[in-house]
Amino acid sequence: MSALHRKLLRDLAGLKGQVAAIAVVIAAGVMTLMIAVTSLDAIQLSMERFYNSHQFADLYANIIRAPEAISERLADIPGISRLETRVVAPVRLEVPDYPDPVRGQILSIPDGRQPGLNRLYLRAGSLPQSGRADQVVISEPFAAAHGLRAGDPLRVIIRGRYETLSVSGIALSPEFVYQVAPTDLLPDYERYAVMWMNRRALSNAFGMDGAFNNVVASLQAGVNPNEVIDQLDRILAPFGGIGAHGRDELMSHRMLSDEIAQLRVTAIVLPGVFLGVSAFLLSVLMGRIVNTQRQQIAVIKAFGYRDRDLALHYALLTGLIVTVGIVLGVVLGLWAGDAMAALYAEYFRFPETVTRLQARVVAIAVLVSATAAGLGTWRAVAGAVRLPPAEAMRPPAPAVFRQSWFDRSRAGRRLTQTTRIILRNLSRSKWKSAMTVAGIGLSASLLLLGSYQFGAVGHVIDVQYRKVLQKDTHVTFVEPTSARVLAELKAMPGVYYAEGYRSVPVRLRNRHLSERTGIMGLPQNPKLRGLIDVDLQPVTLPDEGLYMTSFLASRLGLRVGDRLSVEIMEGSQRTLELALAGTVDEPLGVSAYMSREALNALMREGPALSGAWLLTDVEARPELYQRLWEASRVAGIGLISEAEDGLRAYLDDTVLVMMAILLLLAGSITFALVYNNARIAFAERERELATLRVLGFSRGQVGWILVGEIALLTLLAIPVGWLLGTLFSWLLSLAFSMDMMRIPFHLTHQTYAFAAAGVVMASSLSVILISRRLGRLDMVSALKGVE
Amino acid sequence: MVGRLALNEAESSDRVTDRNGPVFTARGLTKVYRMGEVTIHALRGVDLELFAGELVVMLGASGSGKSTLLNIMGGLDAATEGRLVYRDQDLSRATDRQLTRFRRDHVGFVFQFYNMIPSLTARENVAIVTDIARAPMRPEEALELVGLGDRMDHFPSQLSGGEQQRVAIARAIAKRPAVLMCDEPTGALDSKTGIKVLQVIEHINEELGTTTAVITHNAVIGRMADRVIRLKDGRVDDIQHNATRADPVDLAW
Repeated sequence: MSALHRKLLRDLAGLKGQVAAIAVVIAAGVMTLMIAVTSLDAIQLSMERFYNSHQFADLYANIIRAPEAISERLADIPGISRLETRVVAPVRLEVPDYPDPVRGQILSIPDGRQPGLNRLYLRAGSLPQSGRADQVVISEPFAAAHGLRAGDPLRVIIRGRYETLSVSGIALSPEFVYQVAPTDLLPDYERYAVMWMNRRALSNAFGMDGAFNNVVASLQAGVNPNEVIDQLDRILAPFGGIGAHGRDELMSHRMLSDEIAQLRVTAIVLPGVFLGVSAFLLSVLMGRIVNTQRQQIAVIKAFGYRDRDLALHYALLTGLIVTVGIVLGVVLGLWAGDAMAALYAEYFRFPETVTRLQARVVAIAVLVSATAAGLGTWRAVAGAVRLPPAEAMRPPAPAVFRQSWFDRSRAGRRLTQTTRIILRNLSRSKWKSAMTVAGIGLSASLLLLGSYQFGAVGHVIDVQYRKVLQKDTHVTFVEPTSARVLAELKAMPGVYYAEGYRSVPVRLRNRHLSERTGIMGLPQNPKLRGLIDVDLQPVTLPDEGLYMTSFLASRLGLRVGDRLSVEIMEGSQRTLELALAGTVDEPLGVSAYMSREALNALMREGPALSGAWLLTDVEARPELYQRLWEASRVAGIGLISEAEDGLRAYLDDTVLVMMAILLLLAGSITFALVYNNARIAFAERERELATLRVLGFSRGQVGWILVGEIALLTLLAIPVGWLLGTLFSWLLSLAFSMDMMRIPFHLTHQTYAFAAAGVVMASSLSVILISRRLGRLDMVSALKGVE
Repeated sequence: MVGRLALNEAESSDRVTDRNGPVFTARGLTKVYRMGEVTIHALRGVDLELFAGELVVMLGASGSGKSTLLNIMGGLDAATEGRLVYRDQDLSRATDRQLTRFRRDHVGFVFQFYNMIPSLTARENVAIVTDIARAPMRPEEALELVGLGDRMDHFPSQLSGGEQQRVAIARAIAKRPAVLMCDEPTGALDSKTGIKVLQVIEHINEELGTTTAVITHNAVIGRMADRVIRLKDGRVDDIQHNATRADPVDLAW
């Protein structure tokens, strides 16, 4: 091995603290990229595989009841490749030893065999045998939540009649990758079930002999789905069709696409910020390390080494450090990406979650890191070799210092000499100081970005459950029910207050933009279901006119006062023109609102309710649920506090885990940067500090020169970090506007304090580590050698 | 303390034929540079020859321009004006690349502050030069020559100043250079150690026939030279020929 290579290895070993710190900076950037891209890829790939292998249907239509005879007419619609009719029945279940009400739906499958569309992936057991009326296949998450296995019995209430069924198999369906009840946003595997049963058996039980109430279809390649949907609607309208729709309006697929869209943003924004910041820091740090070796570069050059030998030498040094960082980042990133994919698998149920290492991502990581490190190294090496060796070896001329206005000021004259040294050092190398401040500021901004998301997500939940949903129980009725039912509910045990609402499924349309959602008819001043404006103040609904979430309004391109068309998709279908009367600001969902009276009038009906919200006594709940359960009009009972827990758990699991990782990374970047800066500052000043010690300054006074400089730079960096972090957070809040959840641009004092505390802590830790070196400062040798 | 040296036949004949011609010819060398806010006229027109195989001591006070002259002759720095010819090569017009070649192939340097690479052992500090030389001795051989055969695997931090300077000399001569440039080689050493170092330089000059330039502000050292060149304010003040060279052992200061 050549002596120069040996120097390389020794330097690496000697710089191991700094090398480790730089590797962490690189690894953090690479890891963020890996996590985001791996989980995105895993979901997308698993989804595509499942959809393809199990014939995920393109179109869906619900009707009240249509005779089987028309199915041939449907299948003949040009553009349809395959069509199946089904019976779908809402049910209530009793699970042995489980007290809470459980809702669910049963879908029909052809007798004893797989459906042609939305085929089932059987995890265990088998399909119901042909001709058997007492067997069901249940969805895997529901089975897992209750520990149900093939052969276990289940009590199901279909159309008010108890049926005792047995579980024949456990399955997954591409239609229910995200398995959620129609009124919920989040899965509740314990309280919501999806089941499949032989068609004949289900038709018998549900009163659908020779008829169907649900259609699924797949399209031929290249066909415009809207034309096919129009045709379907035309044929199905007389049978109570409420409008066919594509995959995009199927809850499971919609949530999945939302998550993918969100991950796609995450995969660009966060790694972009992290990799960008780490690239910048990397370049600064490598430059400084090379600068400390200026004299050695000059000596080696004096021996007759060519510039390119030196360039290669330092390129290797940088290359090795970058390699360590990237390997670390890829390994940790793959591990964390797998862990994230596993977390997602809890919510998105695929037969298998496929993760793979993508060469493209690694290539991007290598490219960005190597370029950044190379640039920093190159700048420093080029600067060092440009000078004739004699000049580089000459002891540096006393640097040019000037007295500033500050020195002459009253405050300036009172400074101690050591403080004066700090200020002059900083003001002399303005560029370097600015780079350091920018670097620490960027680290602080990453901390701010991480903690902003923690805070903002918590804020969403608080708003949703403290301001918006102030009830604890949600009752839905089988069909619109007279408002008199409210009095009965209030009379039930433990009910403090009850509020009824009317909900109508609609499609809102503004020119080419349309959205399927529901209009909620609420009391004008709802008490249990708050409507809030931007300032979290309650909104009063007017006698007439439509309100909607500002997110929905902007998605439809509507401003207050604009007119939009409303297609009602319940009962007799009509299209109306309404004006947008105002907006509400809710972080979740895409709902529209009206006063209940106005909605009832619109539907040409008397005072009718679709459901009610209750405020109840915790103690009395078991009895209350029992009573509600027995009421035949009650279709389902939702437990809001359970839903809040569910939402918090979901966010904890996915968003917050990711944020926690980012926060950890931001913390280590901050530490790596500050520590490296301190180390380099120490190396640059060693002679100066030793000289002061020789002159009789105490260790503390000498330490102050170093510590004071770091402290001052850190203090200057904090406002810079706040500014940059606010900017990053704002960008992220723009990027994160999904159906499911919008992260508001909401920064608290705590967020800012956290970011500041983070860098102060990193600085303090670095100072502690450096001061141990200060203790070992060798006065004599530091003054003798030039190296 | 100093081992014997086997000379490569071709190289020795090369030196012998050149023994009487000038190796370096300098005419009107000027060097101006800025140090901080001060402009320094380090050389103000130096005319000078160095002959093959001779040992020259350049004397001068601090600021007389002796280091600058040495650096320019060694290809470490470029003159502002004037002409410098090494054999038939015009160094004053050489590119950075040609100067690098010149240093690599012909010049050995010894610096006042040794300039060791701290992360390399004595042997490796020599190897860093032999790695790129055309017909070098083995690093061990060079270290034997300066009497450090037993300290080859020590790091600079484990060597005394005199030992470091001898490693620096081994490093300079290991490539069998035509010219050896020593900038205050004893400047950082006590007189006893300094004399040992001078003995090594003397020995190298004798045995290898290496043209040697030693700069110092210590007039006593001039007695070991063939010629003593005095510099003052950036000009050659006086050149003195010694009839006989004193043995470094007889020097005292």
